[in-house]
Amino acid sequence: MSTAKCRLMLPEQQADVTRGGTRMRLRGLVRKEFLQILRDPSSIAIAFVMPVVLLLLFGYGVSMDARHVPLAMVIEQPDADTAGLVGAFGNTEYFRPIVMPNMRSAEQAMLAGKVNGIVHLRSDFSRRLRSADGAPIQLILNGVDANYARLIQGYVQGVWGAWLNQRATQHGAPPPLAVDLQPRVWFNGNFRSRDYLVPGLIVVIMTLIGALLTALVMAREWDRGTMEALLVTPVRMREILAGKLIPYFVLGMGGMALSVAMAVWLFQVPLRGSLWVLTLASALFLAAALGMGLLISITARNQFVAGLLAIITTFLPAFILSGFIFDIGSMPLVVQWITHLMAARYFVSILQTSFLAGDVWPVLLPNAAALIVMAVIFLGLSRRLARKRLE
Amino acid sequence: MIDVAEASASATGTDIVMRLTGVDKQFGKPPRVTHALRGVEIEVRRGRITGLIGPDGAGKTTLMRIASGLLVPKRGEVEVLGFDVARKPLEIQARVGYMPQRFGLYEDLSVQENLDLYADLQGVAPQSRAARYHELMNMTGLAPFTGRLAGRLSGGMKQKLGLACTLVHPPELLLLDEPTVGVDPVSRRELWEIVYRLVREQAMTVLLSTAYLDEAERCDEVIVLHEGRQLGHGAPDDFSRPMTGRSFAVGAPDLGKRTLQARLAARPGVLDTVIQGEHVRVVLDADTATTPQSVIAELPGAGIEPVPPRFEDAFVTMIRGDQSVRRIEVSTASTAKRSDGQVIKVQHLDRRFGDFYAVRDLSFDVGHGEVFGLLGANGAGKSTTFRMLCGLLPASGGEISVAGVDLRTAAAAARARIGYMSQKFSLYGNLSVQQNLRFFASAYGLAGKRQRQRIDAALADFELQGYRDTAGETLPLGYKQRLALACALLHEPEILFLDEPTSGVDPLARREFWARISALAELGVTVLVTTHFMEEAEYCDRMAIMAAGRILALGTPEQIKAKARSAQQPGVGRETTMEDAFIALIEANEHREVQTDAA
Repeated sequence: MSTAKCRLMLPEQQADVTRGGTRMRLRGLVRKEFLQILRDPSSIAIAFVMPVVLLLLFGYGVSMDARHVPLAMVIEQPDADTAGLVGAFGNTEYFRPIVMPNMRSAEQAMLAGKVNGIVHLRSDFSRRLRSADGAPIQLILNGVDANYARLIQGYVQGVWGAWLNQRATQHGAPPPLAVDLQPRVWFNGNFRSRDYLVPGLIVVIMTLIGALLTALVMAREWDRGTMEALLVTPVRMREILAGKLIPYFVLGMGGMALSVAMAVWLFQVPLRGSLWVLTLASALFLAAALGMGLLISITARNQFVAGLLAIITTFLPAFILSGFIFDIGSMPLVVQWITHLMAARYFVSILQTSFLAGDVWPVLLPNAAALIVMAVIFLGLSRRLARKRLE
Repeated sequence: MIDVAEASASATGTDIVMRLTGVDKQFGKPPRVTHALRGVEIEVRRGRITGLIGPDGAGKTTLMRIASGLLVPKRGEVEVLGFDVARKPLEIQARVGYMPQRFGLYEDLSVQENLDLYADLQGVAPQSRAARYHELMNMTGLAPFTGRLAGRLSGGMKQKLGLACTLVHPPELLLLDEPTVGVDPVSRRELWEIVYRLVREQAMTVLLSTAYLDEAERCDEVIVLHEGRQLGHGAPDDFSRPMTGRSFAVGAPDLGKRTLQARLAARPGVLDTVIQGEHVRVVLDADTATTPQSVIAELPGAGIEPVPPRFEDAFVTMIRGDQSVRRIEVSTASTAKRSDGQVIKVQHLDRRFGDFYAVRDLSFDVGHGEVFGLLGANGAGKSTTFRMLCGLLPASGGEISVAGVDLRTAAAAARARIGYMSQKFSLYGNLSVQQNLRFFASAYGLAGKRQRQRIDAALADFELQGYRDTAGETLPLGYKQRLALACALLHEPEILFLDEPTSGVDPLARREFWARISALAELGVTVLVTTHFMEEAEYCDRMAIMAAGRILALGTPEQIKAKARSAQQPGVGRETTMEDAFIALIEANEHREVQTDAA
């Protein structure tokens, strides 16, 4: 860009297509985009308010753990043994035992949703406890929420086993079980669901900014007729695309930083991996999400359709199909295949590893490679499909 | 202007800035192909203002987009400034300034920020910007508003900012797509002054599209487009000259002007009739034996005198082709009770949005069977007033009664007696004509035999039988307008509200539309209409001119023109048009405001 080329006031001076240059045009586009983000309440809401609300909601509100589960205990013949077992249930933080006089009232409490399970000790409990076969206890669970029921079942077995062991040691007898199961939980030793939900939220937040917001703002240019005015300037299509990518990349990384900071300092989630690995992986995922957002807006050209498409193809899968909440391994095979098309699943895997396990390269590298492939495909496709034409 | 024209006249063929050869453009896939342009051949000469004239759907925007490289024609060649547009769009885009219909402004950016953006995109050197901005802001009168958000500007100011952004790097060719649509007459005139200046001082070439036929006469050359076909190309005079001796003004003091027009339109050999002030302008067929005297025969007290032809006469004759004026029959038997009372009464009506008054202290009333017009630019408060009258928007203050019902207490009761047709012809695009009619009939509570009768009558009255099963969105615009009016009339309302009913429709459809409105008024239907076509005000019995939420003038068209004449310096040579009157009133109002501010 030289001064001579830019003295444009006289018509006889032939305008040069290269006047101004990419840098000037890109700077103009990026500045415009930032000004729009700052002035548009909906951008601010999606970029800053939604992440904080989601983090607080998932950090404090949503919990997949079973704590203080109300449990009915029906004891047909109370004695020292049964009292000891009730005490054992009461001593854990998992249960709140409620002693009921008979099965009928326990069943009614279950129907009314007042208890989530019934532990039934028959009248011969103490006698059979001393026999060689041991005493059976009956456990009835509310199976409406199957996962929750399984969780309770596991805890009941745990308490029961621990109580039997403890009793055996007190009586100086060998434990009734031949194998002593000593479970050790790795990576999230306290079973805190918050520790994997909060990192997983970074996926959702970056999808919001990367795909949804980008798709919406690009489609808005079509809706409001500003795209037509942009297209007839000497700007190149790649500059228009870069002019969208850069601001939303910055915004997305900002969202990531905010989420990590809240995770580590507010919710005390451990960050066992290194920060630079996390940053790099986030950048890769964001590139894929931005590519997806651009691709949607290029094909939709309409805010309503672009918004719906972005929600269905990126936002919902980031919740449901990413392994963020629902385990991918337990999905039907066909659905598992579909999850491979979602950039979110790779990033969730990286995030959970990075936060809870550390820099485990055999997990990080294949997932990062998948993100690179998706970013290249989506961004490349956007570049190919975007034309400086109206049709 | 004259200098430029003479300079160009002596120019050779190398002075062609833009050339389209055999350009065809279609949209959609068979069987639903729209032919936007068919075999268009155009040459635009350097240093001239070329007008692209035609109604909506004529192909004006498509042509502009092809010229700027946004669309590629299906067939034909397009050369702009010596470049093949299909192959070198970027070369064109670096040299051409193009203002799209919606101005291409970022509403959440300030005036200055919009300018900066386009200066960056156009590669204007930082050191030359200050001078250029200064020049543009002075030219457009936007200098005091550089810090204001573009979305907060008035329609006319937006249009000028759009133009300034297009001009931030002086283009060799300026393409303006309907720059004056929906803008008030004052802003329209100012835009034309800017365009003239650009051509005169900077030797710019301008291609401008418009649906306003009176703007044709402001161009050096005119290209007439209609339904994708090029109907003619030449100086505006070249079009109107052959019409000499065929244009007349008929006056008949004893007849109402709408009655007079209806009678004249029914005569054989009459191609066009338009109400103009006290007179009806008549264009006669060239071939028939119709003489001026035979036209006014049997009309009591009628006089006829020749008037100079204008572009619109030629245009209407051209697109009318061989179809003669049809007599409009409206069988809609209105249930309106004959009465002499006021059907609509509005007193001290206010409507606030926050601390902004959209409508302020509005008072007027409309009599039975009267056609009452609300005129004003976009944002003058017409639509807000309408919504309040239809009971769609509560008033902040004042009183409204419609058909004797107080709208504050019984809006629903009033609505059953109202027919409403909106600007956008609110129809269901994917329902057929018949289905649209049936839906609106049910919505108005018509059922069974009565519904069938009313729908059949509507199909017959509006000549929609041929389109019975056509989807609403694929109808030609003129037919959409007919269908919208048909829907609004299904329940035989006493009062008809028409919000910009003729916007974008071609002049023939507009004439037909007004003929129907006249016929309805004749039957006792009260009509309230908003429009930004100033000449349409002539069809109204009485009207109000609105600006910034207030009424500037109220009365018959003649009274308003008289008021404008007294507000302005008297003795303007030609007859005052409604547009002149409007501009004079607005200017007098601004003058008064300045004085009040000073005092």
